[in-house]
Amino acid sequence: MTTTTPPAAIGTQATEPRSTRAARVGRRLNSRIATLVAIVIAIVWTIPTFGLFVSSLRPEAEIKTTGWWNFFSNPEFTLENYQDVLFGQSSSSGQLANYFINSLVITLPSVLFPLAFASLAAYALAWMNFRGRDWVYIGIFALQIVPLQMALVPLLSFFSRGLSLGGVTLMPAWNLDGAQNFAQVWFAHTCFALPFAVFLLHNFMSQLPKDLMEAARVDGASHPRIFRTIVLPLIAPALAAFGIFQFLWVWNDLLVALIFAGGSEVTAPLTVRLAELAGTRGNEWQRLTAGAFVSIVVPLLVFLSLQRYFVRGLLTGSVKG
Amino acid sequence: MAFHARPRQALAIAGAIGLALGATACGTGSNDNSGKNNAGAAECAPYEKYQGHDGKKVTIYSSIREIEADRLDQSWKQFEECTGIDINHEGSGEFEAQLPVRADGGNAPDIAFIPQPGLLQRFAERGQIKAASAETKAMAEENYPADWLKYSTVGGTFYGAPLGSNVKSFVWYSPKMFQEKGWTVPTTWDDMIKLSDTIADSGVKPWCAGIESQEATGWPATDWIEDVLLRTQGPEVYDQWTTHEIPFNDPRVVEAVDRAGTILKNEKYVNGGFGGVRSIATTAFQEAGVPITQGKCALHRQASFYANQWPSGTRVAEDGDVFAFYFPAIDPAKGKPVLGGGEFVVAFSDRPEVQAVQTYLASGEHANSRAKIGDWVSANKKLDLANVANPIDKLSVQTLQDEKSVFRFDGSDLMPAAVGAGTFWKGMVDWINGKDTATVLKGIEGSWK
Repeated sequence: MTTTTPPAAIGTQATEPRSTRAARVGRRLNSRIATLVAIVIAIVWTIPTFGLFVSSLRPEAEIKTTGWWNFFSNPEFTLENYQDVLFGQSSSSGQLANYFINSLVITLPSVLFPLAFASLAAYALAWMNFRGRDWVYIGIFALQIVPLQMALVPLLSFFSRGLSLGGVTLMPAWNLDGAQNFAQVWFAHTCFALPFAVFLLHNFMSQLPKDLMEAARVDGASHPRIFRTIVLPLIAPALAAFGIFQFLWVWNDLLVALIFAGGSEVTAPLTVRLAELAGTRGNEWQRLTAGAFVSIVVPLLVFLSLQRYFVRGLLTGSVKG
Repeated sequence: MAFHARPRQALAIAGAIGLALGATACGTGSNDNSGKNNAGAAECAPYEKYQGHDGKKVTIYSSIREIEADRLDQSWKQFEECTGIDINHEGSGEFEAQLPVRADGGNAPDIAFIPQPGLLQRFAERGQIKAASAETKAMAEENYPADWLKYSTVGGTFYGAPLGSNVKSFVWYSPKMFQEKGWTVPTTWDDMIKLSDTIADSGVKPWCAGIESQEATGWPATDWIEDVLLRTQGPEVYDQWTTHEIPFNDPRVVEAVDRAGTILKNEKYVNGGFGGVRSIATTAFQEAGVPITQGKCALHRQASFYANQWPSGTRVAEDGDVFAFYFPAIDPAKGKPVLGGGEFVVAFSDRPEVQAVQTYLASGEHANSRAKIGDWVSANKKLDLANVANPIDKLSVQTLQDEKSVFRFDGSDLMPAAVGAGTFWKGMVDWINGKDTATVLKGIEGSWK
């Protein structure tokens, strides 16, 4: 990724004070014992997932009577669970593929909207001078401690009843139907993501060297131009890191989707469908193992393909403190 | 610009957005049912009184999902075709948690099937559900016993009729095993204890039980207690107990719990196929009866819906691999107490088409239409036994329709959720794990504010 490296002068300036610290951390992490510990932790943490995977390939009767490790002494292999999950015949809920697409439709905008809004807000809070800027920032920072569960009912009421103050309607009810409900989910996820996104990106942006901004100003660059040509390329790792975080969170989310998307085939994401797979009284729970693996595929792909940004984003963030 | 210099990623993102937009476009095509009705046809005669709402939509929310939801959809298909009302059913495993959120948020469904009278009461007290129309009320009074209707009546207002039901006063056994060993189905409590002793002497632990059910762990044991209390003290004391007119740890309740303990906490009797008494707490209720099919256990008290939990290939019939008998009364002269559950059809809207659906769901037409599809039980008096194919469902319907039966709703669903779906469940786990009855019941009483 040499293309993202900013001009050399800035690079050295910014890395100088932390190179020793980073080097020290690097040296410690490279010892043999550390590697061994890391391998052991990796194995221990993978065992449950591995067991789940083995289970998903076992026949229903085996899953329900014995543990997955019996697979090795008595290997019985079937793809029936995957068959059930992917092409199940429940006519009222349709096929899994629909929910897969719903999940994508929910997740992508729910990642892109907060990224766009938060990077703009973070820029303004970090590099534009206006009265009360710090208070606004503290307010946003403080919003992080509001658990989203508290906001569910008011937000739902905001969508379905609109907003009125003292008899004056400030906003009418949205009255959405069918696929339009996606808008609610996007809105909700964006709201819940913004405080953390603004906080993260603000920290990142405020660390950019001041000289750079001043030089750009002297050359006559306006705020939009500085934002586009200087700030955005430099914070790419942070954008990627937050993007992955938000993607995984939204993809795995059940609560927000249940409330704002509902459980119909038109809008419900994969997680909602998976929660129902086991049947009214949970008697089909052998399907859950296969279902889990189907739903894991996309997050895994996203993580693996963007992993280097993720690690870099986290490391830079942590060392900068 | 470095940020834009990654054509591959830009392409991927653009592709993904395109896909998303395409999917939304596909999603907007709704399957509209209006205009399709064949109201004139002969098979529509029974639905005439519900007509006049062509093209209207009614949404239903319930905890029924997968295959059972499909069957429900199928059961009102004729109604939809004849009246032109489009019923949109949505089932969710988070029903109990989601419904209050939706109702508070102003996004309630038109109709909900509520399996807990306690929850129904909460909505009624907040004025969120609408009183049933006069037609619905008349239909419900005609088709359902008064024992049922009082559970959907709050403060004198009637909110909706029951729909499906289940019978909890059943003991599962293996007819094959009983025949081989020469055991007979007991008809009194004393016979049942005698039989348990006989089985225990033959080297098999007679009873198996399991109360593990994830976050609801403990509920099967609460059913045990309720069933026994109904038998030792009768329905009046039971009603006082579920409404908290008598304390939770009333001596009569303590006595009933101890009597349940003579089976559940008796190392000689339990836990066939799993181990000792404590294994009850860690055995999943779905698997608890399975040892019966392996000859490791003889008796398992569980509701009629347990029929779906047997391993595939198990024949559920009076002469099959497994079947159930009525959990016998202690004093048959005092009547035949039946513990059970079911869901109530309540409306959050009073639009005429919603009321029409509500009335229809209380009718004999729907009960029979649903029963014909299979695997269903209802207390509806119009339900024709000939339409109930499954032997265990037949037995359940017979039990519910029996003149001598005194029906009582599952008590833990009647109590406030903090008790009925909280401390009572947890208390039962402690009780199985060895805590004494008095301490456990005192703790539960203390939590009932």
